Amino acid sequence: MTPDYTGLVRALLPEAALVAGALVVLGLDLAFFRRRAAAFRLRAAIAVAALATVAAIGLALGGGARGEVFGGVLIFDSLAVAARLGVLVLVLLVLGISTGAPTPRHPAEYAAIILFAAVGFTLMAAAQQLLLAFLALELASLSLYVLAGFDKSRPESVEAALKYFLFGGMSAAFLLFGFSLIYGLAGSIELPRIAESLAQQGLSPLLAVALVMVLVAFGFKAAAAPFHLWAPDAYEGAPTPSAALIASASKLAGFVLFARLLWPGLHAVAGNVAAAPVGGGWLPVVAVLSGASLLLGNLGALAQTNVRRLLAYSAIAHAGTLLLGVIAFGAAGPAPLFYYAATYGIATAGAFGVIAVLERAGGCEKITDLAGLHRRSPLLAGCLLVFILSLAGIPPLAGFFGKFAVFAAALQLGGAGGPAGWLTFAAIFLSAVALYYYLVVLKQALVAVPAEQAGPVTVPGAAALTLLAAAALIVFFGLCPSLLLDFF
Amino acid sequence: MNLLPWTIYLSFGGAALALAAGARSAAAARWIALATVAAAWGLVLAAAAGFMPANGLQTLADAAWVPSMGVRYHLAADGISLTLLVLTGLAATAGVLFSWNIEERTGEFFAFYLTLIGGVYGVFLSADAFLFFVFYEIAIVPKYFLIANWGSTNREYGAMKLVLYSFAGSALVLAGLLWAYAAGGARSFELQDLAAAAAHFTHGEQLGMFALVFLGFAVLAGLFPFHTWAPTGHVAAPTAASMLLAGVVMKLGAYGCLRVAMPLFPAGLAFWQPVIAWLAVAGIVYGGLVALVQDDFKFVIGYSSVSHMGFVLLGLAAANVRAASGAVLQMFSHGVIAGLLFAVVGRIVYDRTHTRRLEELSALPLHRLLPFAAVTFVLAGLASMGMPGFSGFPAELAILIGAWQTAPAWAAAAALGVLIAAAFTLRVMQLAFFGSAREVPALEAPATPLPAITPAEKAGAILLLAATVVVGLKPDLLLNWITPALQSPFFQAVLKGGAP
Repeated sequence: MTPDYTGLVRALLPEAALVAGALVVLGLDLAFFRRRAAAFRLRAAIAVAALATVAAIGLALGGGARGEVFGGVLIFDSLAVAARLGVLVLVLLVLGISTGAPTPRHPAEYAAIILFAAVGFTLMAAAQQLLLAFLALELASLSLYVLAGFDKSRPESVEAALKYFLFGGMSAAFLLFGFSLIYGLAGSIELPRIAESLAQQGLSPLLAVALVMVLVAFGFKAAAAPFHLWAPDAYEGAPTPSAALIASASKLAGFVLFARLLWPGLHAVAGNVAAAPVGGGWLPVVAVLSGASLLLGNLGALAQTNVRRLLAYSAIAHAGTLLLGVIAFGAAGPAPLFYYAATYGIATAGAFGVIAVLERAGGCEKITDLAGLHRRSPLLAGCLLVFILSLAGIPPLAGFFGKFAVFAAALQLGGAGGPAGWLTFAAIFLSAVALYYYLVVLKQALVAVPAEQAGPVTVPGAAALTLLAAAALIVFFGLCPSLLLDFF
Repeated sequence: MNLLPWTIYLSFGGAALALAAGARSAAAARWIALATVAAAWGLVLAAAAGFMPANGLQTLADAAWVPSMGVRYHLAADGISLTLLVLTGLAATAGVLFSWNIEERTGEFFAFYLTLIGGVYGVFLSADAFLFFVFYEIAIVPKYFLIANWGSTNREYGAMKLVLYSFAGSALVLAGLLWAYAAGGARSFELQDLAAAAAHFTHGEQLGMFALVFLGFAVLAGLFPFHTWAPTGHVAAPTAASMLLAGVVMKLGAYGCLRVAMPLFPAGLAFWQPVIAWLAVAGIVYGGLVALVQDDFKFVIGYSSVSHMGFVLLGLAAANVRAASGAVLQMFSHGVIAGLLFAVVGRIVYDRTHTRRLEELSALPLHRLLPFAAVTFVLAGLASMGMPGFSGFPAELAILIGAWQTAPAWAAAAALGVLIAAAFTLRVMQLAFFGSAREVPALEAPATPLPAITPAEKAGAILLLAATVVVGLKPDLLLNWITPALQSPFFQAVLKGGAP
């Protein structure tokens, strides 16, 4: 193989823009803004970071690298291209949300680390080789650990970062061990070679161990039960934009990475969940993770009084549905999974954005802190209505169509007669349970009267624009789902 | 005819306008809402004037929506949809008139109200199961906010219960429809195509799918024993919402049973028919008996809705053209009458006396204080009892005859419900309006006279009364639309019987 460095550079121009942007953010702040007010530094940093992200989006749209790059280390198929764009848009949303959140102590570093995380995400979306996949995942994860613990003055933030880091570090170890076993068995770290080799040797006990290792890491990354324990604490304690990033872009990139790893890479040992006697392989395990997440997420959310913990449990439930999308990936292709992950990311980032603005205006911990939002800020209440209803899966919002596409794909595997069908029915019925806790949130925002000391909320311009854009995207993709689905 | 889809767009557009205008002026929001519902109703009536019932389901709009999944934006109407569209326009217009006194967050009230109406129009016009479901769910969420924000007694509980029941029902529907879609090769959601595909399903599949879809819709139609959301929700709702919920939204469920569940899975209906029919009869009798012992005026009407919707479900379960045409007519009739009853109870009486307890009302000489209300309620009560000359009579008669043709026992048991309906209606009429303090130590008539009936209230009441009388005297107006639709090939597999 002759390394094609020009091809690599051309394919990775968006990532280069992100890294350059991060360096500019840090340099500008260091050179010129050290003595300025923190609010100004934040605005400057976010503006540069957003510019870099927009440039990256433009390059990703215009660059048009398709197919395998650098001898198959990276692949830019439609999924990778779509996921890269999706991740970048979500990062842009999170940057916009940051302008409405309480100002962090080191704004430039905050924005720069978000950009580094974004590089990790985009590489996760395109990696087709175990080593790069692991490196991209670690780049993203390390950035997220720092972002989770960024607010050092709050013990909760530090706790969130520590829990996230301990779980994440452990799961990274599992993943690396799993990768090493796969390499040992297949003799290659490139997914196409691995697929060929495993197709010949089939499932062996050692490979089963490797699969378990990989799935543990996947479960952690997806916040799927029973590997979800970090999520409620991390969502609750982390600075709000960090939590939004963990819940949205990181989710999307993680699901794309693992779907690629499992289906194109390990499909030979997938097993079978379409009909009643399940075959050995990783699919039954994913099905169990999915069912557990759906059940635990939806039931756990019923008991929450903290908004962020509620969103965390809702994220666990959504991970269950996304895992259903992973199960259906093999037959239905990436469209349902990608549509669901991307639109879920927008809705959940938007919900965190509303919380961020409220935090800046006085605090938003309990669900009851949302009381009377319709009077304190009709804009925030309206946006929250769109985001929450989309999470609940109410048409014509994007969340509904995502559910619908995933369920339809999963039911086509084997009808109602197999585990995939049962899981789909369970997911559909649990969505009625989910509506309850979403309505509890909306009841506070749109029905309850505000507490006496709660005054009107002013929404910073950039944050208002971001939230409106996110809400518009949710409505738009709900009305025109084909725009995303036909991408594949 | 081709303008009918604009009922949907007008309603959603009106919702946005009312929301925007309501921030500045409540009056503007009211007038926008009234103009919207009146314009939409006008479109429906104009379409009805030129309607050719013989043509069957007429396509109004058809475009690919999600081609990769076979989802189409397909709107169509036949005589059944048109009947229910007329009802929707009527109930929506009357509902706006009866909520003229909403002062708090007026713009938002009418925004939710018109969104609900838009969803309802959409359901009645959909010819694609996916589209049907989308509109069906759009109609669910506004109900929560209407009740929780502007309702009365125990409103947050009532709102949550109602919405969760509706949503649980729609989850069943979604499961059944997706199952049918997947089993049919995932090509199309068109009702026609699904019905064609379902013909090749195994018997077991048809039974399962029918059970899911029918039960899901029937929850919203108030099928016993899944009806408990209806009385609590209707009582908690503000007047206009009660009128719409009982008058139109419950019809969505029944319409779903008739338009989706039955023609798609005829074998399912054949299997589950006795169960459904007996549950419907149980609802008729049980709802009536419970209404007989209520002390809350509004709960009487709430339970009477369960009883009357039982007739609709019985008419559907009887599976012949005559009973089904009676069921559709009963949907119209109950929509008008329930709207009227809720308007009298919730708006005309309660907003003036501030009590709904029959014991307290019976101490007031209401027939002298509010003669208009008394006359309206007596007429509506007669209609509700199924007296000849009002729309309830031809409807219930057709249902009973049709049910008799299928199984005489059902008709006999349901006829008992007619008697009970007379009993609870007369009782509530007596207690609420003519109980005038013979034995009860007289509460003096209030020192300040009750506020006069407003023109808006009069207009709304007269509108609804006129509808029930016109249809009662000349049911053929609607039956001439309904019957050809039920005899069309689409219903051939599931409804027996030629011309009624």
